[in-house]
Amino acid sequence: MPLPAEMDTSSPKHLRDKYAIIGVGETSYTRGSGRTTRALGTWAVRNAIEDAGLKPSDVDGMLSYQSGDSTFAPFIAGDLGIRLNFYMDVFGGGSSTEALIGMAMGVIEAGMCKTVVLFRAMNGFSQVRIGGTGARSAVPVSGDMLHSRAYGWQSAGQLFSFTFLRHMYDFGTTPAQVAAVRAAHSAHAANNPKAYYQKRVSVEDVLASRIICKPLHLLDCCVETDNATAVIVTSADRARDGRHPRALIRGVAGRVCKPRVDMHYQHGPISTVAGKYAREILWPNAGVGPADVDVTGSYDAFTFTTLLQLEDYGFCKKGEGGEYVSDGTIRLGGRRPNNTSGGHLCEGYTHGMNMVIENVRQLRHDADDSCPRGTDGRRRHTYDYREGGCRQVKNCEVTANLGWAMPGTGSAMVMRRD
Amino acid sequence: MSIKADYLGMPLSIDELDAENLAYFKYCAEHDFHLQLCESCDLLRYPPTTACPWCMRREAKWVPVEGRGAVHAYTEVHHAIQPAFKAFTPYLVLLVDLDRQKGRPSAEEALRIVGNLATPEGKLAPPDVVGRVGIGTRVRMVFSDVAPGLALPQWTIDETAQQPKPWRYAEA
Repeated sequence: MPLPAEMDTSSPKHLRDKYAIIGVGETSYTRGSGRTTRALGTWAVRNAIEDAGLKPSDVDGMLSYQSGDSTFAPFIAGDLGIRLNFYMDVFGGGSSTEALIGMAMGVIEAGMCKTVVLFRAMNGFSQVRIGGTGARSAVPVSGDMLHSRAYGWQSAGQLFSFTFLRHMYDFGTTPAQVAAVRAAHSAHAANNPKAYYQKRVSVEDVLASRIICKPLHLLDCCVETDNATAVIVTSADRARDGRHPRALIRGVAGRVCKPRVDMHYQHGPISTVAGKYAREILWPNAGVGPADVDVTGSYDAFTFTTLLQLEDYGFCKKGEGGEYVSDGTIRLGGRRPNNTSGGHLCEGYTHGMNMVIENVRQLRHDADDSCPRGTDGRRRHTYDYREGGCRQVKNCEVTANLGWAMPGTGSAMVMRRD
Repeated sequence: MSIKADYLGMPLSIDELDAENLAYFKYCAEHDFHLQLCESCDLLRYPPTTACPWCMRREAKWVPVEGRGAVHAYTEVHHAIQPAFKAFTPYLVLLVDLDRQKGRPSAEEALRIVGNLATPEGKLAPPDVVGRVGIGTRVRMVFSDVAPGLALPQWTIDETAQQPKPWRYAEA
């Protein structure tokens, strides 16, 4: 359902369906990779190139994002014999994937290169802890941090909790509703042989886990892992030669911000997140609305981030996110499953890219679950979502990825099956 | 001149180029809360910035602001990340709506000042005091002295105010 024209803030839509994701790849999701980020990134990019059925010489652009915790693109390209016509390594974590996919489309459109691989390589458990412990908690406090870290207000969970708690206050959202996100994603991960946590947990398990900082229990928080992920973007025309059905990009929104950005709490309502603004770019660009989407990939650094984004992108009414995530809608077999791989809560933490990879596989109708393969090598999906079974969503045609950097910044992308 | 100091075993520093923070914390060190007032649009802003977020003007003057308000949101930290705070769990980080300028320039805006719940002397509050505070609690500003030219603004329960029943997580 398109939004009214007066809400359309984006530029002309001539790129709709003009670009596609042609290859996806990753390493295993581990805690203790025993490898450098250079090795992880190289392997993920190689896997994506092989998945696409390309040669290294077919790729001539590279993008990466990192927070001083990874290896720059030229090293990965050099290791794989890729000669680059374009590369850029940008600073950032969550919400980068969709934004960089938009940049890849832009540089190809500008004629700067033909095919771009994006990667994120990180030892988020064994080297730079994403949760902020270890070296990240020991740096001197200066500048803007005097107004945050000096108060023991530094980790993502601590920084976001004002938003989470205020949502409970403003709308009566309950801890059990929020915990349903973990229960759903863990059920999905149980059907994902590569997920780091494959054990199903219940709402009661989440509520019984210890408090980290209110309103977050331990199981409201995602896992920190070591891994690399990669996706390849090229023109829809060039993508016809690929090994898989194309995942066509309908529209992107990149790092859309609330007013005051880094000081977004100065501007309310603080229980509203950047999706409220991003949706005014995303849906008109994509030419579809929330009701047209079959599968969502709403970033789950925390259970709450999934809920808040689904709500502010318009999958339910404002304030009804608690009901939306706990009434079965987001589970496999439900009306619109979210994070069918298990997401950051269970599969592994890669700052959003694994959720894009999962949706590409869903659109190919080739989720890598335990279903048997036919003689053509493709899986014969059973659509039996019991533990250890299928995780392919039936007739998946349209997906939405909702990337999160923090309450004040988000990115998004809509893809469709060819 | 730059400031380097130790707070709860945590190194704090203000660079000599950071004129806005040097001025802000110098007032705090005198237990006096000042914010920048834009000379063009007459709005206060927090934290210190180099331009006005509403009109882009650079010129501002430091004016005294009464440190009173109500808790807008909070987090109660049980698992401290920073070593400096491990001895003080559970501690509260508060987001406080200042009474001054609340609802301006738009209804959803306020000067929302971050700080810990502290004793009137500026020490992190003990657990029995932490348990009394939630959304709506009326608080007043106190200061934690760190070094000459540097004190951190903090919040303590305003014992003189009429207190609403605070909203606390999982106690509603």
